[in-house]
Amino acid sequence: MKDARLVTGHVSTVDQAHAASSRPRVFRRLLRNPAGLASLIFLVVISLAAVFAPLIMPHDPATIDIHAVLASPDATHWLGTDGSGRDVLSRLIAGGLVSLTAAALAVGVAAAIGIPSGLIAGYYGGFFADGATWIVNLLMALPGIVVLLAVRSVLGPSLWISMAIFGILMSPAFFRLVYAAVRSARSELFVEAAMVSGLRDSAIIARHVLGAVRGPIIVQTAILASITLAIQAGLGFLGFDDSTVPSWGGVLTDAFANIYRQPQLIIWPSIIIALTSVAFALLGNALRDELGRTTTRRRGAKGQVEQTSVTRSASLTPLEPGVLLRVAGLRIGYPNSDGMAEVVRGIDLEITRGSVHGLIGESGSGKTQTAWAILGLLPSTARVFAGSIQFDDVDLLDRSAVSGVRGRRIAYIPQEPISNLDPSFTVGSQLIEPLRSVLRMSKRQAIARSLELLARVGISDPERTFHSYPHEISGGMAQRVLIAGAVASNPDLLIADEPTTALDVTVQAEVLDLLREIQQDSGLSILLVTHNLGVVADICDHVSVMKTGQIVETGPVEQIFNHPSHEYTRELFGSLIDEDDVRPTPEPSPSRSDLAVTR
Amino acid sequence: MMGEPLLRINDLVVEFGRSRWSRFRALDSVSLDIHPGETVGLVGESGSGKTTLGRAVLGLAPVTAGTVAFEGRDITRLPRRARRELANDIQVVFQDPYGSLSSTMSVQEILTEPLRASGIGRSDSIQRVRTLLDQVGLPANSGQRYPNEFSGGQRQRIAIARALAIRPRLIVCDEPVSALDLSTQARVLDLLRQIQDDTGVAYLFVSHDLAVVRHLSHRVAVMYRGQIVESGNASTVTRTPSNPYTQRLLLSSPIPDLNRQRERRMSRSMLQPQSA
Repeated sequence: MKDARLVTGHVSTVDQAHAASSRPRVFRRLLRNPAGLASLIFLVVISLAAVFAPLIMPHDPATIDIHAVLASPDATHWLGTDGSGRDVLSRLIAGGLVSLTAAALAVGVAAAIGIPSGLIAGYYGGFFADGATWIVNLLMALPGIVVLLAVRSVLGPSLWISMAIFGILMSPAFFRLVYAAVRSARSELFVEAAMVSGLRDSAIIARHVLGAVRGPIIVQTAILASITLAIQAGLGFLGFDDSTVPSWGGVLTDAFANIYRQPQLIIWPSIIIALTSVAFALLGNALRDELGRTTTRRRGAKGQVEQTSVTRSASLTPLEPGVLLRVAGLRIGYPNSDGMAEVVRGIDLEITRGSVHGLIGESGSGKTQTAWAILGLLPSTARVFAGSIQFDDVDLLDRSAVSGVRGRRIAYIPQEPISNLDPSFTVGSQLIEPLRSVLRMSKRQAIARSLELLARVGISDPERTFHSYPHEISGGMAQRVLIAGAVASNPDLLIADEPTTALDVTVQAEVLDLLREIQQDSGLSILLVTHNLGVVADICDHVSVMKTGQIVETGPVEQIFNHPSHEYTRELFGSLIDEDDVRPTPEPSPSRSDLAVTR
Repeated sequence: MMGEPLLRINDLVVEFGRSRWSRFRALDSVSLDIHPGETVGLVGESGSGKTTLGRAVLGLAPVTAGTVAFEGRDITRLPRRARRELANDIQVVFQDPYGSLSSTMSVQEILTEPLRASGIGRSDSIQRVRTLLDQVGLPANSGQRYPNEFSGGQRQRIAIARALAIRPRLIVCDEPVSALDLSTQARVLDLLRQIQDDTGVAYLFVSHDLAVVRHLSHRVAVMYRGQIVESGNASTVTRTPSNPYTQRLLLSSPIPDLNRQRERRMSRSMLQPQSA
């Protein structure tokens, strides 16, 4: 028996974990969000009051006290009475139930129509999507209030009918949201993985696709609830609601009718409608913030742009002859939930003139942060705690000084060539722009120089490339264009951040050849950030190995490759896939050719 | 003894684009066999059609002509229901371990999903998940955690565990290690090798990296512009290739050894240049 209990106990914990989605975590964070907590408390109080209305109402909301028509607030009628002598507080409490249920009805109808149709249209596309989109466009073109008034004159003054109709009118809000989200989720790898896993379409939609659109739906629901309450009150105010049931709109109408005789009456329904609407809207916003946080994980503390307070060891000292750049004791950190996360932890780096210096390390080692710091391009949330970066006689931690050399004496080649070209301008215009603004060339000079540069980087038809748009050229060509732009100003230092990682190997080899050639011709220095030891072997003279924000080993490439002294460097070389390790063919091949070759 | 292949791809043609004028031929009569328990590496550069071939096997690419047969049965154009049943035999590991795992589901949920879809009961699935986590070298308590709590390499282990869940006969690995750090790459490849030795699953291993393909494959096919230009034993194709394109591919991959890389660069400069 004891065993059995233990087993069931275990299964239930697993089940709990199984049932636990990211929802509770979002909920917990929502409680920590001040706006979210306040609006949630308010809505819960309002809803509880509405549900338990019969218990807490001081009077019957329909009882008419003709002796106390339009009474001012007193001990018996806390908020006074309305034009028919009914207790306003009781009518507001009772009206809460009606108003909130009616809002829930409208939002529910909108969701019931909009979400499934959006899911189906987004997932399957085709005729259903075309038809649904057409209907949705039609619905959106209808003026809502006019339709509601028309419906009322045909079907009578029922609050429920008009709210259901309003729900239909609002369904496009859900449809369009879900449709767009599903369209993008449809092409996500995890949806394809689920299809390959053998899941039914219904299961894929319910678990994967709906999971992806759940957040936006929750937010939209809160916002629509807010809108619905306002519209409902507006309808009541116009006198088009159902006078047989108490509602907030109804109380407002009555108060407005008696505004000259008892002006304070208008305050209470206005406050309650406004607060509830605002609470829904704030809740929606808070939810959006908190749900957004799960996907983007950690965003730096907002607006924390602090003045970089650098504790410099000394003022600029002249660099030794032959040294172009010196980084000393550099420390960079980012604010996170528990203080500061230090990503670069005191590194020293020297780049000599005319050399190619490789900065290698795995993802998260801080190599790109170092490159950004040299370029003065660290995000505004980053903080430089300590250290100095000196380029020739320029202090690169001085923001005004760095903009003077960046683009002139220090150039940059990024990792993703295509995304670093603006798709709406031709390659030529993007090359000319810096030549004219930084180097102050005339337009004609700049065009001539650009064509010369394109030819220089090995582009066979510079004219044609000059007039092409970025989407018309290949990745390798785009990287050549960016190199052309980088060397346009004859820089002393070129910072290349994984310049070949996004390229095919054959193109990578050509781009490395080009970099080597340019480096040898012009004598510039290159800081090459990469994770690929093969690339380092191909082009670098010096290497620094980075690990978790520190440089563990630095030296000439021969020394590091042939006699690595630090344990991590050895580990890095040890983890390389062995060239000589080839798997044998498992069994002797059968007589027929086992791998057909086409043509 | 190998007899019938597990998967036989015959003269497969895949074209994209609706109109006759904008049609792009991603695969041009490609034929390939995979036998039980072996790894066939498919190597090529971007746009060569290697990923499309993997997707065609999974039923995710539109086949224009030709056939894909699994254990002698034509699976080229299966209706949805039959394709779902085939999931018991053919699985996939995608390149991007961040995109292929749903971030709102716990690891436990991700791994039980294919099990439940194939009709395995709840308690059996939980048991199986524990075995799977152990098999791919993840801590036993990983089930209750979410994908974003794991590193890239660990996420890829989860994806491999998901592919293994229902004991498939063939796993299509689409660049499974190219998004990973160097040290993690080797470990994940060793894991795939270990699993193959233990379970006898076959891999169609798609990669742009010759070194990675060489490490795992028994046989290798090289793709270029939608066609297989060379194929054969892994050691032959990846060391002494006869096709000029394969030669160029081999000499272009930089090798982390100063002398050998210098040699490689020299030999490459001897080949006739071809612009990017």
